[in-house]
Amino acid sequence: MEFISQPWSWYVGGILIGLMVPLLLLYGNKQFGISSSMRHVCAAVLPTKIEFFNYNWREHQWNLLLVGGIVLGGFIGAKVIGHPESIAISESTRTDLSQLGITDFTGYIPREIFSIEGLLTLPGIMLMLVGGFLIGFGTRYANGCTSGHSITGMALLSWGSLVATISFMLGGIFITHLVLPLILK
Amino acid sequence: MKQLAYLLFGIFFGIVIYKTEVISWFRIQEMFRFQSFHMYGVLGVAVVSGALWVQLIKRLQLKSADGSKIDFSQKPFTKGHIIGGLMFGFGWAMTGACPGPLYALIGSGYLIVGLIILSALAGVFIYGVLKSRLPH
Repeated sequence: MEFISQPWSWYVGGILIGLMVPLLLLYGNKQFGISSSMRHVCAAVLPTKIEFFNYNWREHQWNLLLVGGIVLGGFIGAKVIGHPESIAISESTRTDLSQLGITDFTGYIPREIFSIEGLLTLPGIMLMLVGGFLIGFGTRYANGCTSGHSITGMALLSWGSLVATISFMLGGIFITHLVLPLILK
Repeated sequence: MKQLAYLLFGIFFGIVIYKTEVISWFRIQEMFRFQSFHMYGVLGVAVVSGALWVQLIKRLQLKSADGSKIDFSQKPFTKGHIIGGLMFGFGWAMTGACPGPLYALIGSGYLIVGLIILSALAGVFIYGVLKSRLPH
């Protein structure tokens, strides 16, 4: 059973993630997608007349159960199955990030930026608050995220989803190479 | 009861993205810097295997468990795929996570990620307010 607490390889991960598409289609005729859950949360908690949130979110309960499960899955992965303390990222990434001032490579996120104290710093505000806002705004504007477009959409051979995925990648490459050096240094 | 299965599917997915480290900020940086094959391997295999499953379902003309015809409909293309897609890409590189990983991270104990999710909900809300005025 040792192998299960080690990091899982890319091909095992890819095959298991790809399974989500047929599982949801065959079980309940649902297309796998995660970001729309955030719209349903807004529709459920904000009493508003805004058209975008004026629909019966209860019909999408399955999507909220799915993301509730993802939270639990993260808990089981971390606390029940377990994982090595540090992620074995490539030496060149480590070097690049060290040059941007990151020293703590333990865990899944750089704790020196992603913390309550970080909220008083430019990197913390940009990476947590502005970054989060862009995820919400961008996924709704693009009508999907990595799961809805890059996995489900591309599995359905949708051109629009391919364009969306290329846009995701271009946006990420731009920020990583041209903007992060300005924010973090 | 039928709905509860979605909770199980979510648990399965949450464990997989935690154990394959695709929810790690460091792995996303590695990907956008082209310094490792890991993320490309995961996403590539997921897309190809997903597409093969879809083809199999089509060829065998399988129906959904409730007997309905499988929904293969594609999302209509808009300018938002590009503009919104770039914006999401910005957020992906900054937070090091997309929506699925945000949920898994909070479950795995990184409660600070709750702040990112709240910001994302604010982004969804503002999009809803501005939607009719944005190019689509």
